[in-house]
Amino acid sequence: MDWTALFLSLQLAAWTVALLLPVSVFVGRALAFRRFRGKGLVEALVMLPLVLPPTVFGFYMLVAFGRNSPLGAFWQDVFGHQLVFSFEGLVLASVIFNLPFAIQPAQRGFEAIPVEVREAASCCGLSPWRSLWMVELPLAWPGLMTAMVLTFAHTLGEFGIVLMVGGSIPRETKTIAIAIYDRVQAFDDRGAGIMAATLVAISLATITITYALSARVGRRLS
Amino acid sequence: MTFHRRAFFLAVALVGLLPGSGAIAQTEAPVIAAASDLSFAVGEIAARFQAETGMEVRLSLGSTGNFARQIREGAPFQMFMAADEQFILDLHRDGFARDEGALYGVGRIVVKVPDGSTLAADGTLEALRAALEAGQITRFAIANPEHAPYGKRAEEALRHAGLWDAIQPHLVLGENVSQAAQFALSGNAEGGIIAYSLALAPDLAAQGSHDLIPEDWHEPLHQRMVLLNGAGPVAEAFYAYIQTPPAREIMERYGFTLPQD
Repeated sequence: MDWTALFLSLQLAAWTVALLLPVSVFVGRALAFRRFRGKGLVEALVMLPLVLPPTVFGFYMLVAFGRNSPLGAFWQDVFGHQLVFSFEGLVLASVIFNLPFAIQPAQRGFEAIPVEVREAASCCGLSPWRSLWMVELPLAWPGLMTAMVLTFAHTLGEFGIVLMVGGSIPRETKTIAIAIYDRVQAFDDRGAGIMAATLVAISLATITITYALSARVGRRLS
Repeated sequence: MTFHRRAFFLAVALVGLLPGSGAIAQTEAPVIAAASDLSFAVGEIAARFQAETGMEVRLSLGSTGNFARQIREGAPFQMFMAADEQFILDLHRDGFARDEGALYGVGRIVVKVPDGSTLAADGTLEALRAALEAGQITRFAIANPEHAPYGKRAEEALRHAGLWDAIQPHLVLGENVSQAAQFALSGNAEGGIIAYSLALAPDLAAQGSHDLIPEDWHEPLHQRMVLLNGAGPVAEAFYAYIQTPPAREIMERYGFTLPQD
């Protein structure tokens, strides 16, 4: 059992969730409540990672964030190491690849709030910020919870991009999914089996807990 | 409201996980990229290196071609052990490596068949020829010749035997030679052409049988290693260690012919 790889995957998932939570609140809310030109295109862009193969994104990442790119060079200057083949690079890839998993459920959560409730909040003199914090977030909570859990679980399972831009570096980019692949190739079926079962258990537990939580939240709110 | 408390606990749990590994990576053990035919041999050498010197290296195993690409994109490997020397010479020419490195072994390829296969392990490929003619081959595994040196040599051997065209519809390509071995032994293929060093690994030697393909049927697998730009003292020590008798003894045990010096 490669605990280092498992812990690395959990770290990657935690960072992805932490960075995507504010994004999913504001983008999900805007997509739910507002009408604007090009909304369809924005929604399509958000959903794009769902249908694109990870290899497409991995390829663009190598080209766009590689050492010869402006962004890659900038990162190298500021932080002293490459963005690609680093933990930070994986976080960036993971954030982009999880956009649909974070924003879609959040958007559905906000859409479920009746417009009268929001109007009542603003009639009562709540500022938009206080309305968001005291009225909308508690109501959209099941959607946001689903968003975070899907993101977390999906990151644990990410393989293609990590394989392409990770370099399988222990303690840095060798995630649990890559470690399983390595074990299979090393003919260590037992090691691969233990890790695969651990991943199944963690994923199942995460999702079960969320469903239980959001069911309780839903009951309390209704 | 309970909702806030729950959100707070979740946030705390997540933040506990947060500190990333990137920040401390600079002082960590150097990463050595090694061709996957070395999967078992270099693991043993690294363990022995650590036991003798107390210094640690981290190994990343994969296809030589992919590593060469990743090094050009700035992958932070400090040393590269390739399965084919051309990749090393090209990296040096383009300024990614310190020098032309050193030859550390010459690899061989074998026909490997799993237990219960209809195919006999026969390095002259006559059994394969007969099985192809009899329609007994469904799948045959090699590494991808486009970027894996062992795949390229397998292709050359199959061409030498005049079987390359006939075997096309049956080929399954591994991303690297280790995956090709995985395919060959999975029971879903009649066999494959893989690295001798993998066939000799204890886990694999126990399953099925293998036979060496004549050395002069393909270009030699001159395996060269090199210190990359940015290599530190630990990588330098490991590079030197590969050329000492204990490491050479391990390489020899995995079927590599060693360079004379």
